[in-house]
Amino acid sequence: MTTKIERALIQKAFQERMDEDELMNCMRCGFCLPSCPTYIESGQQEAQSPRGRIALMKAVVDGLIEPDEEVERALNLCLGCRACESVCPSGVRYGHLLEEARDIIAQHKKMPLPVRLIRKLVFAGLFPHQGRMRKATALLGWYQRSGLRTLARKTGLLRLLPASFRQMERVLPDVPTAKEMKNRPHRLNPDGTVKKRVAFFAGCLMDTMFMETNDATLRLLQLAGCEVIIPPSQGCCGALHGHGGEKEMAKELAKRNISAFEQLDVDCIVTNAGGCGAFLLEYDHLLKDDPEWRDRAEAFAAKIKDISEVLVELGFHQLPLRVAPQTITYQDSCHLRNVMKTAAAPRRLLRAIDGVEFREMNDADRCCGSAGIYNLVEPEMSMQILDHKMEMAKQTKATTIVTANPGCLLQMKLGIERAGLSGSVRAVHIVDLLLEAAEGAQATQGEERIRQTS
Amino acid sequence: MDVERVRPLIPNEAKKRLIQVVGAENYDDTKTGRLVYSYDATPQFQSLPDAVIAPRNTKEVAEIAKICNEYRIPIVPRGSGTNLCAGTCPVEGGIVLLFNHMNRILEIDEENLTATVQPGVVTLDLAKAVEEKGLFYPPDPGSMKISTIGGNISENSGGLRGLKYGVTRDYVLGLEVVLANGDVIRTGGKLAKDVAGYDLTRLFVGSEGTLGIVTEATLKLIPMPETKQTMLALYQDLEAAARSVSKIIANKIIPATLEFLDQPTLEVVEDFARIGLPTDVKAVLLIEQDGPKEVVERDMKKMADICRAEQAVSVQLARSEEEAEALRTARRAALSALARLKPTTILEDATVPRSEIAKMVKAINEIAEKYQLKICTFGHAGDGNLHPTCPTDARNREEMERVERAFEEIFAKAIELGGTITGEHGVGVMKAPYLEWKLGPAGIAAMKAVKQALDPNNIMNPGKVFAKSTRKRVVVTR
Ligand SMILES: Cc1cc2nc3c(=O)[nH]c(=O)nc-3n(C[C@H](O)[C@H](O)[C@H](O)COP(=O)(O)OP(=O)(O)OC[C@H]3O[C@@H](n4cnc5c(N)ncnc54)[C@H](O)[C@@H]3O)c2cc1C
Ligand code: SF4
Ligand code: SF4
Repeated sequence: MTTKIERALIQKAFQERMDEDELMNCMRCGFCLPSCPTYIESGQQEAQSPRGRIALMKAVVDGLIEPDEEVERALNLCLGCRACESVCPSGVRYGHLLEEARDIIAQHKKMPLPVRLIRKLVFAGLFPHQGRMRKATALLGWYQRSGLRTLARKTGLLRLLPASFRQMERVLPDVPTAKEMKNRPHRLNPDGTVKKRVAFFAGCLMDTMFMETNDATLRLLQLAGCEVIIPPSQGCCGALHGHGGEKEMAKELAKRNISAFEQLDVDCIVTNAGGCGAFLLEYDHLLKDDPEWRDRAEAFAAKIKDISEVLVELGFHQLPLRVAPQTITYQDSCHLRNVMKTAAAPRRLLRAIDGVEFREMNDADRCCGSAGIYNLVEPEMSMQILDHKMEMAKQTKATTIVTANPGCLLQMKLGIERAGLSGSVRAVHIVDLLLEAAEGAQATQGEERIRQTS
Repeated sequence: MDVERVRPLIPNEAKKRLIQVVGAENYDDTKTGRLVYSYDATPQFQSLPDAVIAPRNTKEVAEIAKICNEYRIPIVPRGSGTNLCAGTCPVEGGIVLLFNHMNRILEIDEENLTATVQPGVVTLDLAKAVEEKGLFYPPDPGSMKISTIGGNISENSGGLRGLKYGVTRDYVLGLEVVLANGDVIRTGGKLAKDVAGYDLTRLFVGSEGTLGIVTEATLKLIPMPETKQTMLALYQDLEAAARSVSKIIANKIIPATLEFLDQPTLEVVEDFARIGLPTDVKAVLLIEQDGPKEVVERDMKKMADICRAEQAVSVQLARSEEEAEALRTARRAALSALARLKPTTILEDATVPRSEIAKMVKAINEIAEKYQLKICTFGHAGDGNLHPTCPTDARNREEMERVERAFEEIFAKAIELGGTITGEHGVGVMKAPYLEWKLGPAGIAAMKAVKQALDPNNIMNPGKVFAKSTRKRVVVTR
C-alpha cells in the first residue's frame, strides 16, 4: 500500500522531475499500440498501452489523479522493451519517461521488509561487486555439480520456491568454477594484422554465469582482426538499477565504467548483451544533469557498439563459416533493436553461415517477456508473452533459436522447456554460434587438407 | 480542459445491473481505467467517463443501451480513439463502450464479394485478410494500422486511395445497429441492389456514434487490382504542385492516390522514416495508379508529363514495391511526425473542390503569415482534402488564440471556395461550432430532427456534432 503521504510526495516529485515537454510530445495518435506486447496480451487495454501509460504519468503531473496502486500497476506491467519508441512518429522518448517514473516511485515508497532486503542484496550487495558475483556464481556451480541439484530436484525441495524461480533454476547454464572465472586477460592480440583497436565491455553476469560467451566474443574479435583491451576496473553496467528504480546507484556504476574506459585509445567499446549495450549507450542521458560528467558520458556513449556491428564492419561474414545443416531463427533483443538500432547485422551474419537455413519468425521484434527481472516479478504476463513467442518460433520449424542478450537466452530456454521441445530445439547466443561456425569451417578445411595430402 | 464533471455518477442500481450484463471483469470504474479513456487523438480535450464497459456481443450491447436509456446515462462508443474531432471524449460523462471483445471477422464471402465483421476489427487486419484471398478493401485511413472498422464507419473515414475508390461509405452494404432504446435493427445487406425504404445504412455511416451503436457490418469488396505503380513528383513551387493536381483531374485521369506534402512536412517525415525523401524542395506529390498494366503505364506517363509541364523539378518512379510501401508508410506518418516540432499539434481538415486546391493552398500560406504561425500542409490533394497543421504549444495562450483565429479564417475560406469544414475527420466536439456555417440553420434543424427521433433522451454520444452555440463567421479580410 502507498500511504497518503507517500502519494503526495510521489506526486510532487513527478511535478518536479518528469519531463513535461516529452509528456506533451505524445499526440495520442495510437500508432504505438499495435507494437506493444502488454497492450496486445491484455486484450487491448488502454492502461496497458504506451499511450495509456504516458497519459497516466501526465495525469499525475497535472494532478488529475493520484499515483495510487493502479497507476503503479500499469507502470509495473510495462516490459520496458521500448518497441513503442521505435514506431512513434512523434519521437517520444518513452523509455526515459518510464525510468524516471519508476525511480520516483521506488524512492518514495516504503516497500515491505523482505522486498527491501532483496532489493538491497541484489542492487547494492551483489551486482556492483564482481568478486561477489563470482562467488555467487561459484556457489551456483557448486549446487549444480555437487549432486545437490539432483537431490533438490528429486526430493521436490524446489517446490517450495515460486514457480517462476523453479523454472528459472532449470534453465540456468552450467556455470564455470571460481578459478575459471578469475583469469581474464587484460589485452589480446589479433590473429594476423591489427585492423581495429577495440575495448571490450565484459559485464557482470556475462563475465560470470555466461563467461563462455564472453570468451567466444573475444575469440571472434581476434579472428576478425581486433586488438582487444579489457580494462579490469570496469563493472556492472547498471541497467538493472536504472530500470528498477535505483537511478542514483546506476549513476555511480556509470561513472566507474566511464573512468575505466575513457583513457583508452580505441575505435569502439564492444558489447555482447543488448540490455547492457543499450544502457551504456544512454549514459549521456543518465548523467545529463551532471556538468562534470555530461561530456565524458557523451564521449563514452558514442563509442558503444554491438559485437555483430563490429563483425560486419570487419567483413567477418565473408570468412568461411560452417555448421551442421540446421534451420535457424533469430529473436531480436528489444534493447539491441529498439535502442541500439541493431537488427540487420546479426541477420546478415547468420545468413552467411554455410549449413544454415535462416527463417524469420513472425513478430521477431516483439519482446520475449524476459525484460530484466520482469519474468520473475510478473511471471503471469511474462509467460503468456513467452508462450506466444514460442508459437511463432515453432512455425518456422527452426531447430536453433539465436538471441543476443543473456536474459533473452534464458527466456528462450525456458520457452523451449515449456513448449516441450527440449530434445529437438536449442537456444544459443549469436556469438557462441558464430564461433562454432568459424571453428566448424576450420575443422572442415583441416579435414579437406588431410584428405588432399593422404 | 474540463476533466471532472459535476454530473452525478452512475446510480448504484444501474451499476449493479450493468455488471450483471457484462460481468465484473468487463466493467471498470477505477480512476486509472477511467482516465485512460478520457481522451482520444484530439489535442486539448479530456474528460473522464464514469465507467468503461466492454460488452461481448450484440445482446449485451442492447441490454446496456436499455439500462442507460432508462437512467439517462450517456454512451460513448469507442474504437481505438484515433479520431481527431474529440468524438470519443466523454464530455458529458457516462460510459465508454469498448469493442475489444467484438473484433472478429465473421465471414469473407468470395461469391458475393463481401466481408462481414464486428466493429472492433482493426482496419489493417481486415485489409490483410481479404488480400490473402485476392480481394481488396480500399478505404485506408492514415491510421489504418490501429483504427477500427466501427470507428471508420462512424467517421466515414477516407484515405490515400479515396480519389479513385471513394471513402468508407462506398463500401458499407449493411449494418446491424443497436438503437438508443436497445432495439436491434439491420439495414441493407449483401444485396447489390436494394431500394426498400429510406437508406438507413448511409444515415448511420458518419453519424459519429450519435444515432446508435454499430455491432456488425457487411462490407463490399472488389477484386485486387492487377498492378500498381508509385511515383514521386518534386516541386520548388507550392502552387505549381497544387496546379498539377487540378490539371491531372482535368485531364480525366483518376489516379488511385494523389497526395500532397509541403516542405516542413517532408522534413519531419524524413526525420522519422529515414527513407531518403528529398527535403530541399517546396512540395511533393505522391502519385499512384493501379489496374491493368497497360492502363497503369499509360496513366503514369501522362501524369509524369503533366507534372513536368507544371515545372516539377523531378519525377521519379518507385523502383520496387518495398520502396513504394516505404513512401506510403511515410505519408501515413505525416501527422504524428509533425508532432515532433512542438508540444501541441493542431490539425485541420479543410476540403475544397479539387479545382480550387491551388487557391486554398495559397490562402493557407497567407493566413499563416498574417497570424505569424507555422502551418504545414499535407493531405489528400486529389480529393481536395487538405490538412493544414499547426505545431504550437498549448501553454502559450496568446499564440493559441492566434491559432484559433487563423483556423477560423481557413474554414471560412474553404466554405467560400465551395468546400467544407471537414473532409473526413468528422465534426465531434471540435468542429461542432462551425457546422452551421456549412449547413445553415435549416440543415441543422433537419439533422436535429433525425437525432431526436432515434435518440429522444440524447444518451448517444451527447455533446457531439451539435454545438450549444455556433461561432460567428469571421470576416475574411485580404
Ligand atoms: C495519425 C492519424 C492519421 C489519420 N488519418 C486519417 C485519414 O487518412 N482519413 C480519415 O478519415 N481519418 C484519419 N484519422 C482519423 C481517425 O483515425 C479516423 O476517424 C478513424 O476512423 C477512427 O477510428 P477509431 O477506431 O479510432 O474510432 P474512434 O476514434 O474510437 O471513434 C470515432 C467515432 O466513431 C464512434 N464509434 C466508434 N465505434 C463505434 C461503433 N461501433 N458504433 C458507433 N459509433 C462508433 C465514436 O463514438 C467516435 O465518434 C487519422 C488519425 C490519426 C491519429
Ligand atoms: S506513437 Fe508516440 S505520439 Fe503516438 S500515441 Fe504512441 S507515444 Fe504517443
Ligand atoms: S516499453 Fe514495451 S511494454 Fe512498455 S509500453 Fe512500450 S511497447 Fe509496451
